[in-house]
Amino acid sequence: MNLASVTHDLAFMTPELVIAVGAMLLVLMGAFVSKSAYRAITYLSVVVLLVAGFLGVQHAPDNAQVLFNGSYVVDAFGGFAKLIIALTAACAILLSADYLAERNLEKPEYPVLALLAVLGMYVMVSAHDLLAVYMGVELQSLALYVLAAYARDDRKSSEAGLKYFVLGALSSGILLYGVSLIYGFTGTINFGKLMTIAKDTSNVGLIFGMVFVLSGIAFKMSVAPFHMWTPDVYEGAPTPSTAFFATAPKMAAAILLGRFLFEAFGEVVSQWRDVVSIMAVLSMFVGAIFALQQTNMKRLLAYSSILNMGYAMVAIAAGPVYGPSALLLFTAIYAITSVGMFGVLLSMRDAKGKEITKISGYSGLSKQRPLLSLALTIMFFSITGIPPLLGFFGKFQIFIAAVDGGVMPLALILVIASVISAFYYLRVLKVVWFDEPSVEIVGGLATTKVTVTGVTLMIALLTPFIGLIYTASMAAGHFFK
Amino acid sequence: MLQIAAFYILAAVALISAIMVVSAKNPVHSVMFLITIFVTTSGLFVLAGAEYLAMLLIVVYVGAVAVLFLFVVMMLDIDFVELKQGFMRYAPFGALVALVLFAMFVLVASAVVEAKVDPHVLASPTPALDVANNTQAIGRILYTDYILFFQLAGMVLFVAMIGAIVLTLRHKPYVKRQNVGKQVARTRKTGVENTKPKIGEGVSL
Repeated sequence: MNLASVTHDLAFMTPELVIAVGAMLLVLMGAFVSKSAYRAITYLSVVVLLVAGFLGVQHAPDNAQVLFNGSYVVDAFGGFAKLIIALTAACAILLSADYLAERNLEKPEYPVLALLAVLGMYVMVSAHDLLAVYMGVELQSLALYVLAAYARDDRKSSEAGLKYFVLGALSSGILLYGVSLIYGFTGTINFGKLMTIAKDTSNVGLIFGMVFVLSGIAFKMSVAPFHMWTPDVYEGAPTPSTAFFATAPKMAAAILLGRFLFEAFGEVVSQWRDVVSIMAVLSMFVGAIFALQQTNMKRLLAYSSILNMGYAMVAIAAGPVYGPSALLLFTAIYAITSVGMFGVLLSMRDAKGKEITKISGYSGLSKQRPLLSLALTIMFFSITGIPPLLGFFGKFQIFIAAVDGGVMPLALILVIASVISAFYYLRVLKVVWFDEPSVEIVGGLATTKVTVTGVTLMIALLTPFIGLIYTASMAAGHFFK
Repeated sequence: MLQIAAFYILAAVALISAIMVVSAKNPVHSVMFLITIFVTTSGLFVLAGAEYLAMLLIVVYVGAVAVLFLFVVMMLDIDFVELKQGFMRYAPFGALVALVLFAMFVLVASAVVEAKVDPHVLASPTPALDVANNTQAIGRILYTDYILFFQLAGMVLFVAMIGAIVLTLRHKPYVKRQNVGKQVARTRKTGVENTKPKIGEGVSL
């Protein structure tokens, strides 16, 4: 490679450059402008994310562009994912502003770390060799560990940060071990080259390495049996950080796993379909059944995210032909709905401004905050998959993909898990609408309100335009063929 | 001839220092011997024609790791005499571990000698030494083919730096910091106060 080809390749990476340069400028701003710049930095980071997100879509070339000696790929699939990642991350940052300000945690590093995490996710989404996979995953997780421990004087937050860090480091180790096996047995880490080598299925070492990498990424996705850390970390971390963890990183990890399996091992689906299917079934059941006994809303949403990542695994198990577009559509809708649910959670404050996380605290919400209850209802209906709402289309698309892709049993289990999960979503709604109020509930502050309203409107109003999103995701997912 | 002599001297010094690291009574001496090992090993690397690795070993291990060890040894209040007491009890077990490790090294070395090298694994051989030396070759590949990852590694370190500061820095109000600007701007008026104390009473500060 020479300078000309480096600059040529860099031109395709404008969104990443925008985020990286933006983050560095905002750090400088945080250091040299007074503490009151926190708000400005928060809003500017949201602007940076929106710009990067739209540039990602607009910049996506018609044909996939493979850059930097085949280690990075820019295409419509990644562009779609990047837009949703930037959008949900921007919502999560907006949600953090009031929460942190109320607790004297308003330091400019929060939005900056979130930006850098998003940069890592962009690399994950566009990774085309295992080095890029690792760098992206590390960049993202390192920033997330800090966000988990951000309320450093709070013991639970520190505990969450430490737990996340130790288990995350373990999973990175597993991933790296897999990468070393793959490199040792094939001499390459490039997805394209692996595709041709993987056709020879007698290479057991390669398959072994692939399963290790798969497990490492599954850790980041919090798919059962690698989900143990999720409820504890989600409960302990500051709620805006949890809102961030449950949305954009989940989507990035799911897209990364999809790309890794579809692009490097797409010709040998039989080698990984069983592993992915078992993970899918396990997480659907863990997510559906363990959530039933939760009394804490944050833990409930943690299990909900495990469940939803189980659905995403079904889309991956459907194979490289039917899987990609379903995976895109589903994870996008999940991420948007999820950030909305956390927005509602952040709006639940008692008279002293303390957050209410117990589900029993939601009793009689409809009598005190009818609009907030309506928003929560729309989101829960959407994530359960009640037909006219957005969430239904994501699940429906996965169902179709599973049937077409030849994993019919998974489709059936998906329906069963959805029915079980409907119980605990509806139980919360019952508490909200039919129980008597117990504590006074004060709604969220300005930016929280704006975000919740925005996301709710998006879920409600985008439904008529589902065809548009559907075509976009289909077009983005089809390039694998 | 000189090369062979240098190799044997360096290797002997490295081995003797290795024994001294585990047998020295004073932990500070152990760390010193560890540094000796690093330096002699980097000498061995130079002999093998890997001068970049040699410099890296000194910069990273002597410059950072060994100094860190020294800090830990000096800062922590560990009773090393007490720690050493179980030495004879654990010696057989330690010897067993060493034996297993040695056997594994022999196994790997003999396997490498015997095995044909997979052509895939030799995908990117290093250029001949008369074309470019190691440092140049690594630099060329790092700043061209791997420029993306080089920059990303920079971003990862950036995150690590911000994270460490966010999680540990506390601005304590009672700590007095030097402010050069304030010192320079100090005038006679702000620094000196004229009082007329009564005899036998002194001044209150």
